[in-house]
Amino acid sequence: MLKKKIRKLKANRFLFEELVKRDFKQKYKRTVLGMGWSILSPLLILLVMRLIFTRFFGRDMPFYTTYLFAGNLMFNFFKESTSGGMTALRGNSAIFTKINVPKYLFLLSKNVSSVFNFLLSMVVFFVFAAIDGVTFKPSCLMIFYPICTLTVFNIGFGMILSAMHVFFQDTKYLYDIFVRLLLYMSAIFYDVSAYPEQVQRLFLLNPVYVNIKYVRVIVINGTVPSLMYHGLLLLYALIALGIGALIYKKQNHRFLYYV
Amino acid sequence: MKVIDAKGVSIRYITGDFKDIGLKEYVVRKLKGNYHVVNFWADRDITFSLDQGDMLGIIGGNGAGKSTLLKAIAGIMVPTKGKIKVKGTIAALLELASGFDGDLTVKENTYLRGAFLGYTRAFMDEMYGKIIAFAELEDFQNRPFKQLSSGMKSRLAFSIACLVDPDIMILDEVLSVGDGAFRKKSGDKMKEILSHGVTGILVSHSISQVREMCNKILWLDHGRQIAFGDNVQELCDAYEEFLQTKRLPENAEEITALAEEHALRVEREKAKKQEAEVKKLKALLESDDEEVALKAALRIVRQKKPELLKEKK
Repeated sequence: MLKKKIRKLKANRFLFEELVKRDFKQKYKRTVLGMGWSILSPLLILLVMRLIFTRFFGRDMPFYTTYLFAGNLMFNFFKESTSGGMTALRGNSAIFTKINVPKYLFLLSKNVSSVFNFLLSMVVFFVFAAIDGVTFKPSCLMIFYPICTLTVFNIGFGMILSAMHVFFQDTKYLYDIFVRLLLYMSAIFYDVSAYPEQVQRLFLLNPVYVNIKYVRVIVINGTVPSLMYHGLLLLYALIALGIGALIYKKQNHRFLYYV
Repeated sequence: MKVIDAKGVSIRYITGDFKDIGLKEYVVRKLKGNYHVVNFWADRDITFSLDQGDMLGIIGGNGAGKSTLLKAIAGIMVPTKGKIKVKGTIAALLELASGFDGDLTVKENTYLRGAFLGYTRAFMDEMYGKIIAFAELEDFQNRPFKQLSSGMKSRLAFSIACLVDPDIMILDEVLSVGDGAFRKKSGDKMKEILSHGVTGILVSHSISQVREMCNKILWLDHGRQIAFGDNVQELCDAYEEFLQTKRLPENAEEITALAEEHALRVEREKAKKQEAEVKKLKALLESDDEEVALKAALRIVRQKKPELLKEKK
């Protein structure tokens, strides 16, 4: 029994590795710049934002470039990871309707390349922050915390989305709209302190914003946020993962009716 | 030892509007009360069991519920009612050529497929050479998969699936892959695997193939189990008679009767054929052309009783 379990685990690891390889190749084969492009394109957006918004929002904000970048960095990670994860099930429907495989592996493997991209962008982020004149405090080390919570959140959210995408084909378009709205609600380029206290609290309902805020505090302010922030991030991650896992478990054998 | 034990298996399938509509359309239709889902039983109350080394042939027309049943055995679907107990690893060869990635190379696809089938890297390293050799794709290993012809694709799929060693093998119309030479090779391979005590399930529209390879038959019709048993020839006879007359047997006696009718029909047809030939020959003999008649007679003798010719020498 135990031996069988171990063999199963080994086989799953092999499958996971092969899936990751495939997803990497699929993602980067068509672009000449390959991986470089996925860092370059957010940088271009950052550049435009920096040029345009500095006059309006960045006038009396120190380290506005870093502020913008932190927002873009976390938001892009969320966006890429979830919209990539969304197609995990439908894109592999030819396989899971023929062979009995654990379906969550499709989603996890998609997330690996997003995490990889994100980590590369993060290196660039710290370089930019240094050029911007930010002095790094030890608090910067806490960056691992939002990385972990956002990764888990993305996986959970991706599970929900990929299931939705199986059930409703137009999820993709609706999600594009949702992401654009969320972008404006995540205080990427403006500061929430312009709003009254109660409205500011509403922003905490947005998990992506809380992650962005956390990164800004540890990098720009050089302090570690309160325990409430930690709790909130963890809570959001676990809720998303919980719901996602529940849907996968409940619907596991129903997906094939829809594809 | 029972390798597969299915008891009262019923599988409900859903189909209807939901497949291609999006969320917006769904909400609108729900509000209008115009949203329809059709439930139907793809399989109803099916009971059978297989011992190790058995080869089950599942027969029945389109929509009989064969593929759905196979999916349930492979664990892709779960029965709505009843239970299927399966002991051992399953290699299900369902629609072989789908699920490959066109942009990956042949080698990468081979490993990926191996991983899907639940094998370890070490095992695939060991088997890879054999798989490529069997598929006769040595020169194509690093080509993108999409550049292969469809015959090559199915050859690769078949080789991967059958060079691994499962406990249970499900074959859904797969023995008709590739060109003639490869078909023979794959058929031989299949027989070799099955002779090693692998339990198999074969779905095929070729009754002669079923007769040749199977020792148990499950007959399905529109999701209903018509018969299950090891009287392969009788069931196949009855099934062939059913294909002719469209009369579905209700019980064992009717099956026997049907099989007997089939035997009679075969006899009759044989007699008819012979009669026709005799007639033809007579007509030739009656015509004046002796040479043509002799030639025709000789041809018949050569076909039917070549030993007569040899004796004369």
